[in-house]
Amino acid sequence: MKFSEQWLREWVNPAVDSDTLSAQLTMAGLEVDAMAPVAGAFTGIVVGEVLAVAPHPDADKLRVCQVNVGAETLTIVCGAANVRAGLRVPAALIGAALPGDFKIKKSKLRGVESFGMLCSAKELGLAETSDGLLELPGDAPVGTDIRAYLQLDDVTFELGLTPNRGDCLSIAGVAREVGVINRCAVTVPSMAAVAAACADTFPVTVTAAADCPRYVGRVIRGINPQAATPAWMVERLRRSGVRSLGPAVDITNYLLLELGQPMHAFDLGKLHGGIEVRRARAGETLVLLNGSQVELDSETLVIADGKGAQAMAGVMGGEATAVGDATVDIFLESAFFAPQAIVGRARRYGLHTDSSHRFERGVSPLLQREAMERATALFVQITGGVPGPVTEVLHETELPQRAAMTLRPSRIQRVLGIELPRAEVNDILARLGLDVAADGDNWRVTAPAWRFDIAIEEDLIEELARIHGYDQLPSTRPVAAMQMDAVGEGQLGLEQLRRLLVARGFQEAITYSFVAPDVQKMLAPELEPLALANPISAEMAVMRTTLWAGLVQALVYNANRQQGRVRLFESGLRFLPGPDGLRQERAIAGLVYGTVQPEQWGETARPVDFFDLKADVEAILALAGVNGQARFVAAPHPALHPGQSARIDLDGSPLGWIGALHPTVADRLDLAGAALVFELALEPLLQGRLPRFRELSRFPAVRRDIAVVVDNSQPVDAVLAVIRRSAPDTLQELKLFDLYTGKGIDSGRKSLALGLTLQADSRTLTDSEVDAALGNILAALKAELGATLRD
Amino acid sequence: MTVQDELQQQVQQACAAVAAAADLPALDQVRVHYLGKKGVLTERMKQLGQLTPEDRPKVGALINSAKEEVQEAIEARKDSLQSAALNARLAAESVDVTLPGRGQCSGGLHPVTRVLSRIEALFLQLGFTVAEGPEVEDDFHNFEALNIPASHPARAMHDTFYFNAGTLLRTHTSPVQIREMEKQQPPLRIIAPGRVYRCDYDQTHSPMFHQVEGLLVDEQVTFADLKGILDDFLRNFFEGDFKVRFRPSYFPFTEPSAEVDVQCVMCGGSGCRSCKHTGWLEIGGCGMVHPNVFKAVDIDPERYTGFAFGMGVERLAMLRYGVNDLRLFFENDLRFLEQFR
Repeated sequence: MKFSEQWLREWVNPAVDSDTLSAQLTMAGLEVDAMAPVAGAFTGIVVGEVLAVAPHPDADKLRVCQVNVGAETLTIVCGAANVRAGLRVPAALIGAALPGDFKIKKSKLRGVESFGMLCSAKELGLAETSDGLLELPGDAPVGTDIRAYLQLDDVTFELGLTPNRGDCLSIAGVAREVGVINRCAVTVPSMAAVAAACADTFPVTVTAAADCPRYVGRVIRGINPQAATPAWMVERLRRSGVRSLGPAVDITNYLLLELGQPMHAFDLGKLHGGIEVRRARAGETLVLLNGSQVELDSETLVIADGKGAQAMAGVMGGEATAVGDATVDIFLESAFFAPQAIVGRARRYGLHTDSSHRFERGVSPLLQREAMERATALFVQITGGVPGPVTEVLHETELPQRAAMTLRPSRIQRVLGIELPRAEVNDILARLGLDVAADGDNWRVTAPAWRFDIAIEEDLIEELARIHGYDQLPSTRPVAAMQMDAVGEGQLGLEQLRRLLVARGFQEAITYSFVAPDVQKMLAPELEPLALANPISAEMAVMRTTLWAGLVQALVYNANRQQGRVRLFESGLRFLPGPDGLRQERAIAGLVYGTVQPEQWGETARPVDFFDLKADVEAILALAGVNGQARFVAAPHPALHPGQSARIDLDGSPLGWIGALHPTVADRLDLAGAALVFELALEPLLQGRLPRFRELSRFPAVRRDIAVVVDNSQPVDAVLAVIRRSAPDTLQELKLFDLYTGKGIDSGRKSLALGLTLQADSRTLTDSEVDAALGNILAALKAELGATLRD
Repeated sequence: MTVQDELQQQVQQACAAVAAAADLPALDQVRVHYLGKKGVLTERMKQLGQLTPEDRPKVGALINSAKEEVQEAIEARKDSLQSAALNARLAAESVDVTLPGRGQCSGGLHPVTRVLSRIEALFLQLGFTVAEGPEVEDDFHNFEALNIPASHPARAMHDTFYFNAGTLLRTHTSPVQIREMEKQQPPLRIIAPGRVYRCDYDQTHSPMFHQVEGLLVDEQVTFADLKGILDDFLRNFFEGDFKVRFRPSYFPFTEPSAEVDVQCVMCGGSGCRSCKHTGWLEIGGCGMVHPNVFKAVDIDPERYTGFAFGMGVERLAMLRYGVNDLRLFFENDLRFLEQFR
């Protein structure tokens, strides 16, 4: 809602300045988004009348004009295309200052002296752009200061209204609020009935009575097609951000802004039969004022005539019956359409109009006749014309009922935390136009017709708080019973995992949950991701099934910006479609690229590999207390290098994946080197695990190192498992400390160097015991895996 | 030459040899030569038996004193040689301490996480617990239960991403309120951080951003309490005695509703670009839980009252760290992220 302060002050004129008024509105919940002067800062510009125009002797585009500026006639050279004799325009005199501190001086243009300048709307700061001079009406008083003539010492207010305050989408509504806040009277312009000057009517039938409880119509004949909208109205419309489009449209727009009643003028000569207000018929089409053809559905309310739908009720008129330059007879509509009949309809057709905006939020059902009378008076005044009698079709029982509710003082206290004096409650509600009656200790309150947002006790409490002033309400600290929540000691927080990764050199990323379908498909081709019906772009169209989708895109972004080393992690939901519906699972994922360590002296730079990242994953597992239980199982993954890919299992179910990105994936991402990734389901990691004490042995430990040779195809895990299984329970620690292939070892086989630490709780182990244990282990390795002791 | 003179001469020779010993092995040779089992002075002691009983004690005392003198010289020399050796070693082992340290350097948290952790920490002090909910939401939890029926104009305030008619990406964290209230009866004290989505993308709007939602429901909760808790929070969050203001506003799920503004933390309220020259920064929305919301989750609005508030996390992060472009948060440019280590 944008309007001129002058216009508002004509309705209500509190003794406060513009800034105070603005602050009042904002603090009453009608937020002032912007305030701006209606014109640029300028002086010395008057209404000038162009008396004569002669060509410039030395310039094709310039004209030499004789301009009457009241006290004298000046020669002014002008380049505007629309300059012509008889035109009244703003004329800047010598000494005038234009916006931007531009001073007008006597000057010579191609040899002809010029004593001033004729101005466009843009030059006065009245418009962003303009072509040619600002043309003033023919009756503009010559010599009058233009600021005074156009009343330019004015400010526009722009309100960002919340959807509940449809009642403030008009000067009348804002004036009412300002009156309440300042306790001052509101002056309403005359809405007196304009007597019919002819008997002409146009028949109106309302079939959809619930959608349109009140329809007021009137024929006005013989309007002057040449009539111009008066300057004051053009200016008020402009200050509300509405362009002048001729008197008929301007008057209806003016009423919409002034009273909040959307109206529509039909060209009577183009209407057939009679008006019918009904729902659209299946397949019915309508060409709207904006030129677009829409196919209407049966939910849409239309204004039809004998030929079919002619307007989308409360949204937009139709092209076929629109008023034009040749219109002489009009049928004027002023209706109350129920909010539920209009809401969402415009949007369904991709429309949003000033009219639908108001009807959706609720227009007072008492306004239609007044608006019709006021509009008729303006038509008669501006365009001439002969009004017929008012036709009103009213279905009284369908009109919205004014809500009635009980207000309890105790409830005010419970919600706001203060006791409001009874007198103040009465006063505020009455000023807002509510009917208030005492009902024992309580009040019985009825909402005014224009307030669609007051229906329950809390609505009244909000009104009280608002007018009393939110800043006048106390600020207290809530009091509550102290209660401890059960928190498992072993329970791990996501925060701890994050900190661990940060300490290990990872930078946290947050990427979009919706990703490019091709990236998603590349990483999880077997899944059909959840797709948005209305994505913002093709690059953000499907919900990620893996956090890798965002991380690889972040990697590419950074790699393209000369980052040779990237370590990122992210936590968040992944969206996994499945036969039982969508699973939204928390996960944590990481990506490494480039060297293991940042570039530094004294260390050889080495590209990061599977085992570097595996150590990071093992650190996570260790923090979660599950390093012992988790298994890395070689398994193929469509996004990963087939030889460097492992599924991580925990307690028999998959926990996540780790591996190098498949070279074809890396190629498609244009990566210069290998990237490795991991992803783990979060929930299993965060479950509580308590530490458990084990007795310390007081006896010495024995360490024996062995080197065994096995086939390359044997995973180390299998070797370790056989050792653990065949070792006595005195085995405390088993470490792989070397892996060797090459000279001295048969091709196809590898040598594993293992350190075994044995220790008993109750005695010192003897050499023969240890030898026997090793013998057993080696025998088992040989039997189960064909392992031999390395020579 | 008397015995005394001989000894004196030998001591002098020994001391000269000690002084000449360049290192510990050489010094040890000198020791062996004079004091070893077959050393010069040891031998003299062995020959003591050949003297008369009267001379023996006198000469013995003289030899002992000579031995002590040599021993002392050796010890002193040994000390000085040892400390010279240590000094040489220390000198050899000294490093340029200005060389940078080696190894992995640590990463950092995303600024949004930083801010969220801080907000959570402040509210956890008050006994709030963190709650989370799904991001792919249903219409009921995102809208219906929050008193936003299908045709409500407020839906236009939420440019919603849809999957189908009933499924959408949550447009705010408020559905978490509903899910928590469905799970348990009051008293409730929760804080719900998370990602939210709106179909809007330009310099000041991101299709994904973060909100944090707070909810307190109990038997004696008032609007004055809401003002108090947010006053406290904002002053603590921005670490300054900033003014906080509540403006009437509208949210279908609260009544009365308010917008919370904090005195501009950039200019202190005198007006700047950050506050659009108003002196105030919009921080979020809040209000008393609407009775219809309580009814939707079977909580008795006559017995309980409550308040809820919601804030944009990126906005708080921008104000806190002076970030000037919302889009930076999701580009994940390392040069940006590394500033928040």
